Amino acid sequence: MIVAIMLFIIVIGSLVFNFLSPWWFTEIASNWGGIDFAVFVTFWICGVAFVLIGLFMVYTTWKYRRREGQTAVYEPENKRLEWILTILTTIGVVGMLAPGLLVWDDYVNVPPQAREVEIVGQQWSWSYRLPGEDGILGTVDAKLISVDNPFGLDPEDPDGQDDILIEREALHLPIDRPVKALLRSKDVLHDFYVPQFRAKMDLVPGMITYMWFTPTRVGTYEVLCAELCGIGHHTMRGTVVVDTQEDYDTWLDGQQTYAQISTRPQGDPIAGQATYAVCAACHGPAGEGLVALNAPKLSGQDEWYLRHQILAYKQGLRGVHEEDTYGKEMAPMVATLFDAATTENVIAYIRSLPDDPAPVTIDGNADRGANLYSGCTVCHGSDGGGSHGTFAPRLAGMTDWYLARQLQNFRAGIRGSHPMDNLGKQMGLMSKQLGDDDAINDVVAYINTMSTRMTQTAMRQTIDDRGETDGG
Amino acid sequence: MAVEAQIPYQEALDVHHPHSWLTRYWFSQDHKVIAIQYGITAIGVGLVALVLSGMMRLQLGFPDSFDFIDPEAYYQFITMHGMIMVIYLLTALLLGGFGNYLVPLMCGARDMVFPFVNMISYHVYFASVLILLASYFVPGGPTGAGWTLYPPQAILTGTPGVDWGILTMLVSLAVFIVAFTMGGLNYVTTILQARTRGMSLMRMPLSIWGIFMATVLGLLAFPALFVSAVMMILDKTIGTSFFMPAISSLGEQLDYSGGSPLLFQHLFWFFGHPEVYIVALPAFGIVSDLISTHARKNIFGYRMMVWAIVAIGVLSFIVWAHHMYVSGMHPYFGFFFATTTLIIAVPTAIKVYNWTLTLLRANIHMTVPMLFSIAFVITFVVGGLTGLFLGNVIVDVPLSDTYFVVAHFHMVMGVSPILVIFGAIYHWYPKMTGKMLDDRIGQVHFWITFLGTYAIYYPMHYLGFVGVPRRYFANGEMAIIDESVLLLNQGITIAALIVGVAQILFIWNLIYSYYRGRDSGPNPWKATTLEWQTPETPPRHGNWESTLPTVHRWAYDYSVPGAKDDFIPQSEPPGGEHEGSART
Repeated sequence: MIVAIMLFIIVIGSLVFNFLSPWWFTEIASNWGGIDFAVFVTFWICGVAFVLIGLFMVYTTWKYRRREGQTAVYEPENKRLEWILTILTTIGVVGMLAPGLLVWDDYVNVPPQAREVEIVGQQWSWSYRLPGEDGILGTVDAKLISVDNPFGLDPEDPDGQDDILIEREALHLPIDRPVKALLRSKDVLHDFYVPQFRAKMDLVPGMITYMWFTPTRVGTYEVLCAELCGIGHHTMRGTVVVDTQEDYDTWLDGQQTYAQISTRPQGDPIAGQATYAVCAACHGPAGEGLVALNAPKLSGQDEWYLRHQILAYKQGLRGVHEEDTYGKEMAPMVATLFDAATTENVIAYIRSLPDDPAPVTIDGNADRGANLYSGCTVCHGSDGGGSHGTFAPRLAGMTDWYLARQLQNFRAGIRGSHPMDNLGKQMGLMSKQLGDDDAINDVVAYINTMSTRMTQTAMRQTIDDRGETDGG
Repeated sequence: MAVEAQIPYQEALDVHHPHSWLTRYWFSQDHKVIAIQYGITAIGVGLVALVLSGMMRLQLGFPDSFDFIDPEAYYQFITMHGMIMVIYLLTALLLGGFGNYLVPLMCGARDMVFPFVNMISYHVYFASVLILLASYFVPGGPTGAGWTLYPPQAILTGTPGVDWGILTMLVSLAVFIVAFTMGGLNYVTTILQARTRGMSLMRMPLSIWGIFMATVLGLLAFPALFVSAVMMILDKTIGTSFFMPAISSLGEQLDYSGGSPLLFQHLFWFFGHPEVYIVALPAFGIVSDLISTHARKNIFGYRMMVWAIVAIGVLSFIVWAHHMYVSGMHPYFGFFFATTTLIIAVPTAIKVYNWTLTLLRANIHMTVPMLFSIAFVITFVVGGLTGLFLGNVIVDVPLSDTYFVVAHFHMVMGVSPILVIFGAIYHWYPKMTGKMLDDRIGQVHFWITFLGTYAIYYPMHYLGFVGVPRRYFANGEMAIIDESVLLLNQGITIAALIVGVAQILFIWNLIYSYYRGRDSGPNPWKATTLEWQTPETPPRHGNWESTLPTVHRWAYDYSVPGAKDDFIPQSEPPGGEHEGSART
């Protein structure tokens, strides 16, 4: 008897759970209402089948539980009943499959007016490429991918020159315009997944995959990766902003083409020196950092990282959190870098400053730190030298008190909490691994032991650079 | 009948008799000993996988609370958990364990047709388990590529265990397949060649039909996994490019070129989907026999059940790409694979109907095996129906790679077969040991396991509806979720830990009852099939007297009208002691 009661509770409980559950699809923001409809049809057909079978089992286990004097009825088969059930099941299956396949037909056939957008995945960030005014995406080749050509564009292809490159920033899309997303991966499998769009497709290295959708609601949406892509999988976030046409056009005007980026003028260190005078007040004349003024060491930091952080301050992604006292001090300072050329000049000047390892100020258990650092290795390198490939800055030989404070800020959500700051979010997720301030000090202590090795790496880097120059 | 007059293949067979402890218990050629060896090894390694799942749940329910769980360790947990459960526990236990134990006994044979190969099969399996577990002791630890081991990620930096772990995993799989092939050839040949007189194919118990079809599937499907393992080993070690296109990894150009990651996925799932049925079909067969026996009623629609098993087996080879709807394969495949996938639902649904219809107008003994069987049916109904969501290609799009998938496959091929395995162990333990398992411990174990697993996986589907992606070490701040998702995850974790710990009851019962259990006698469940009619319990090596039993009827003569008892053994001639004179 208890079996019948329990089965009854399970059937009813499942229904109650379903109707009380706050957990359901997030509000749709694309044309794929058809998908929601197919889910709805499948859900109800399956739901009814579940309840019927469940209640039938409640009945049989109740009515035919073992009792005195009861014998089972010998009934090897019942052809008629079996056929009826087979036909009913087939009808149910067709009822789900038919609408499903109709929507799938829509899903795989892109309307001719859809505009192409290329989505590029890599461990662990999203980048995008839009065809320029010619409406054609230039050819790409995985073999051409490098620090200077992260999209692997063919420099000889005229169609590629006006392609708009959006590296690790938010993708904007105009509302109500169908988009054909061409998906490409540089390294491993990824999957472009915006829950509000319903659509989803893998990015596969070595081939271009596609999907299409029409954004129907203005807003900012989070991009997730839905195909396991290594230890940073859960941190691979991106942003899609659906704009009105006007907002979209404004945004588009501010973007740079491949030609603009590849011909970006080299910064002039001499010109940058004057601008740097403002920075020197806090960061020190040699960019060595000043703990008393809470300014980190700049010399020796990679130029792409410096550029990216300056941009982050300018865009209000960094230095806006209430508790980020020193970030808020920095935020207005970037105004002195009023255009791209000034910024490039200052970066060039910083790159020319002597790179002496910062003094050690943090005490910690470097052995324990070495273990903790294993999670950092993939992006920041086993030598703490950073990597443009993963967009992870150099750590070794930099100001250690600053590293510790930033780790605390990431962990507490003081840095990297801006919804558009996907790289900050990534670091925020990774920093959760460092349970307390001791763990942070330990890992920083370990990073301090890398400074000596850093010098050797720097030498190797120089040799590599020379090799590349020779080759090109 | 002509069939009954034939001399069975193994009638005069003189089985190898054991001489020492070593040949009796370790290098034994007795299928029953080998079955128990398979069973103990599989359960042992399954417990490792259970602990791993507990650690995953700790991280998901209580993120950032455990220092020893970092992303690296987490991805290693999920990979090892998945692979162990699917291959080294379920496949090994259902075919190596129950296949070995039941095939000769239920078919009325003295042993497997190739007992020596059968013995080697176990030891090769044991070696594959050791190699697999060795990955926890190699530099870098086991692979964290997910149990699907998708390249390129499985062999590139950025994935845990990329140096040694992935190799031990692939080598272990290859070795496992060798073991399976040796065992599998035995099961198939024995079923086809060594059935006793009168045991026509359409008189075989459904357990044997399930095991037979599953083994055929395995023999055809595992080679696909074998070649993919070999090809990936070559890609990793000598730099071939079977699965590797031109790639730049973490900012560095690699030397690969021209390979296809999708090729691996096709090969993997060409194995992987039949694998679902390699696990499911023996469970289907076994549960049919358990339900019939304990409901004291013939299985409803036996012939339909047999044809459903065969149909599912055949169809299972043309549905594999439903695991790849959003993989970037040609989109028109979606039409084909969605259709075949939903067609397979029809024979599967028939099986469910027939189980429930067997209960109708039955006389249900609520024994522990029966409890597990009923729990299986309801769990399988949920798992099967959610499979229709994922099989229906467009519905799969928003749900793929979310927790809906995790909930679905755990219901359908995790919990369901495990419930059958528990039921089967409670059912056949008396034959294996001569002792009954303790009923009270069994009841408690059952209720915690059944209700607990339902509480874990039913709500988990709703995480998938929300869109929470699977294989995330941590969700962190995610726009689509709020605190309630973490709350749900905590609930699931607590249920999972309770279920996990409750398995101690089961292990305890196995050990306790072996020494203290009630004597079972030869046929405690009053079952009809041949294994319950052996002259000795547990059966000795060779199983039968000098003549093999003769089969006179199908396996489901329960509650035959007019018969003296409510069961008539298959080996009983018309008008025998259980039947009386009423019916011939």
